[in-house]
Amino acid sequence: MLDESAELSVSITQIVQRLKGTHLHSQLEKQAKECLHKPEIKLETLKDDVRRLLKASGMTCLPPPRHPRAPPEHTKEPLAYMRKAQVNWEKRILKSLNSMCTELGIPLARKRPVPEQNELTNKWNEMGTDEPDLSKFRPVYAPKDFLEVLVGLKNPNNERSEDLTVRSHWGLIQVSLNVRDIPQTREMYPELGLTYGQLGIDDHTHVPPDLFESEHIHIGKKVVSEHDSAAAQQYSRQGCPTGLRAQLWSLILNTTDDPEAITHYEQLKARVIHHDLLVDNLIYKDVKLTASNDDYYFVFEDYLYQVLLCFSRDTAVLEHFNYNCATPPKSCIQSKSGSEQCAVVYPPNGVIPFHGFSMYVAPLCFLYNEPSKLYSVFREMYIRYFFRLHSVSSHPSGIVSLCLQFERLLQTHLPQLFYHLREIGAQPLRIAFKWIVRAFSGYLSTDQLLLLWDRILGYDSLEIVAVLAAAVFAFRAENLMEVTSLASAEAVLADLSTLKVMPLLQIFLFATSV
Amino acid sequence: MSKNKQTAGHKGACGSQKKKEGEGRSCIRYRCGLTNTIQDVLNQRPGWVEVKDDGEWDLNWCDVGWLRENFDHSYMEEHVRICHFRNHYELTRKNLMVKNLKRYRKTLEREAGRLEASKCDFFPCTFVLPSEYHIFVEEFKRSPGSTWIMKPVARSQGKGIFLFRKLKDIIDWRKDGSRSEEQKDEAQVESYVAQRYIENPYLIAGRKFDLRVYVLVTSYIALKAWLYRDGFARFSNTRFSLSSIDDQYVHLTNVAVQKTSPDYDPEKGCKWQMQQLRQYLTAKHGFETVQTLFKEIDNIFIRSLLSVQKTIINDKHCFELYGYDILLDQDLKPWLIEVNASPSLTASSQEDYDLKYRLLEDTLHIVDMEGRLTGKEKRVGGFDLMWNDGPVHTDVGLEALGSSCLVANTHLGCVNDRQKQLQQLLKPFPGQKRT
Repeated sequence: MLDESAELSVSITQIVQRLKGTHLHSQLEKQAKECLHKPEIKLETLKDDVRRLLKASGMTCLPPPRHPRAPPEHTKEPLAYMRKAQVNWEKRILKSLNSMCTELGIPLARKRPVPEQNELTNKWNEMGTDEPDLSKFRPVYAPKDFLEVLVGLKNPNNERSEDLTVRSHWGLIQVSLNVRDIPQTREMYPELGLTYGQLGIDDHTHVPPDLFESEHIHIGKKVVSEHDSAAAQQYSRQGCPTGLRAQLWSLILNTTDDPEAITHYEQLKARVIHHDLLVDNLIYKDVKLTASNDDYYFVFEDYLYQVLLCFSRDTAVLEHFNYNCATPPKSCIQSKSGSEQCAVVYPPNGVIPFHGFSMYVAPLCFLYNEPSKLYSVFREMYIRYFFRLHSVSSHPSGIVSLCLQFERLLQTHLPQLFYHLREIGAQPLRIAFKWIVRAFSGYLSTDQLLLLWDRILGYDSLEIVAVLAAAVFAFRAENLMEVTSLASAEAVLADLSTLKVMPLLQIFLFATSV
Repeated sequence: MSKNKQTAGHKGACGSQKKKEGEGRSCIRYRCGLTNTIQDVLNQRPGWVEVKDDGEWDLNWCDVGWLRENFDHSYMEEHVRICHFRNHYELTRKNLMVKNLKRYRKTLEREAGRLEASKCDFFPCTFVLPSEYHIFVEEFKRSPGSTWIMKPVARSQGKGIFLFRKLKDIIDWRKDGSRSEEQKDEAQVESYVAQRYIENPYLIAGRKFDLRVYVLVTSYIALKAWLYRDGFARFSNTRFSLSSIDDQYVHLTNVAVQKTSPDYDPEKGCKWQMQQLRQYLTAKHGFETVQTLFKEIDNIFIRSLLSVQKTIINDKHCFELYGYDILLDQDLKPWLIEVNASPSLTASSQEDYDLKYRLLEDTLHIVDMEGRLTGKEKRVGGFDLMWNDGPVHTDVGLEALGSSCLVANTHLGCVNDRQKQLQQLLKPFPGQKRT
């Protein structure tokens, strides 16, 4: 029987290990040293006193709750059938990548000859001008393929009848997870309610700025000057003013401008220069196909390469697999003598990009233009949120839950619409899935997208994406009731660039009768 | 009716045309010399019919060539409108604009002092060639190593422009055997300007861009000018670098030039809407800085128009929609590159078409052939009244501001909710029901 206190100290050691070298650690040390100077401290009870005073100053640390005997995979994903599905999916992706590699005869990784390294260094700021032949490469997978995997998920404990009844779920997701309905979502997102001011609604031209906007901006400036991360997160729930957003997000995500971050980025850049990876071509192709064709993001093409190529080589990203149900893909490399094979994580960061991946980065280019800053913010967004959009898990912000939540909201509050769309062969999720996977990047106009992402950060959850998807259907319900095919349904929902997200969300959440 | 004696506005097939007070015409005859967006706008305007060739017209959307040949010989009745001022080239030809601006600046310095005159310093140092060749050379020698740009005075779409750093380059160019005799003659006549090249343009993701802004002038005496909220930023397709002077694709941002660049992808388009640009700059530099920038841009329009106010032949029949090209430098200072009297109305994409359609529609609303406006409006659709014989301020309640500070009535790059505004403002067209 493991001693509980021993477990605790293991957890604490792990946390201390993680904190070492970070800004937070130095802050803690500083606070602790200051506590030492306080008169209440006695040598005999030093440890307790310091702990007490640290707690009083607002710094507390909690180990993650888990059963002492649970293996790590169970903590990451408690449901066995989900784990299995993720493993199978990963096998498929890796197989696809390996076969592409064999087909094309291109190594997964190769060291660049020195002249090529020099050329790349010179061209670092304008990699977009390169026109490599990418015709042979295809994306490893597209969101559509992933959707099929999710549709095929089945809980083996559940007996599903084929009959369509009012009780049954009409959508594509066949598993039952606990997702929030509208009353519960209202409780979770009170600041989106009708009595609170919002950016995206109350900064509209005809609303006098005195009512909300001026005061909100004033508070925002204070939050930024105080460097208060928790306050920034709370503040962001009502939207970030354009002029303050970059700093506020930086605070929320704890990305700093300190030299460690810049050095880290420079190291990654050096790795890009020295080695060429097969996935680089996938990145090029993705950027050329998606961001470069976007009316606004095309300008940032070079930044996207600078971020994504470095991202692929960032082994620090591997840490997020501690809580990501996915496992980093491994590939075999032969040792120089040819006799041994060892498995290494490939790509080094464990993330294989898919079609549309670069759209996670594109909106951030509006806010940050120093590459290391842009990189830090993107990486943090990825390991906190975006990874959940393309791995199979039961987490409330995971893609499965979001899809299910979307379908349930639609079925509960727009049953006539859902039924009609089903009948004409236009399952709503087939249309909405691409929005959800990209957290609406590339579908909404940039200013609206950033208002949405304000709330993702503010509430530390992706559920708002599912709610918005349902709200969009609600908004276009009238037109959708008229269509008679999947293609025409797609056409009605093809252009979201004129939508105003906050009014849509507010109406859907707070003005829908339940 | 002989071609030289065109009479516009006579009673025609549309019945009595005498305009009664407050009552608009129900049938308006237009003539259109262009075959792009403006055709659609005129065609689709309720109650407007096209007349061709020698027919009498109430509104003529002509090109400058027609104007040059026919304006002086046309008699126009009071209500008739035409889309150019007779001598608009005082503003739009680079050599004349420079002359007018320099003269205006001198007057301002004499009358109001250095500080006031410095508000005219939005135009890069420019010399007209060959007449100012010697003072140009003096200035050139004073700043060795700087880059200059040579522009033909009257051509558009980036034709004939090149950059140089050495005097030798111009001398070679003048003697260039590959150019036709006509072109060489042009150089003898005052048809080129040499201008200090802005070497530190503001870059977005390493690319240079300039702004196209639309200003509508309905009268020069007294000066009445409107500023359109929409506009766009035109990006160069390649990354900016001073080392590639010969690569004209880098430096020139006209869409016409970009279209021939090997990188150009017509599907892509290389424009940002003004709103997008304004938001980007606000995210980068904060609200106050950007507000100051846009105030300085307003200043460019007003000063440039004031500088030609006494030179342009005012005519109540005339209105003109100008396309201003503005460049920002790294210190976020706006510079005037040039003014176009015939900004391109051809659309490069659906979005571009929609913008130009709205712009032209609102232009016609302001010209108001239908007589629906009172004349006291400060905003019509996407146009805000910028100058009306003096600065125009928004109707913001003083209590809200807490002081007597006045806010300029311009909203370049701001939300353009013109549909709603027009619905509230305008009576429906005769024969149309209000929706």
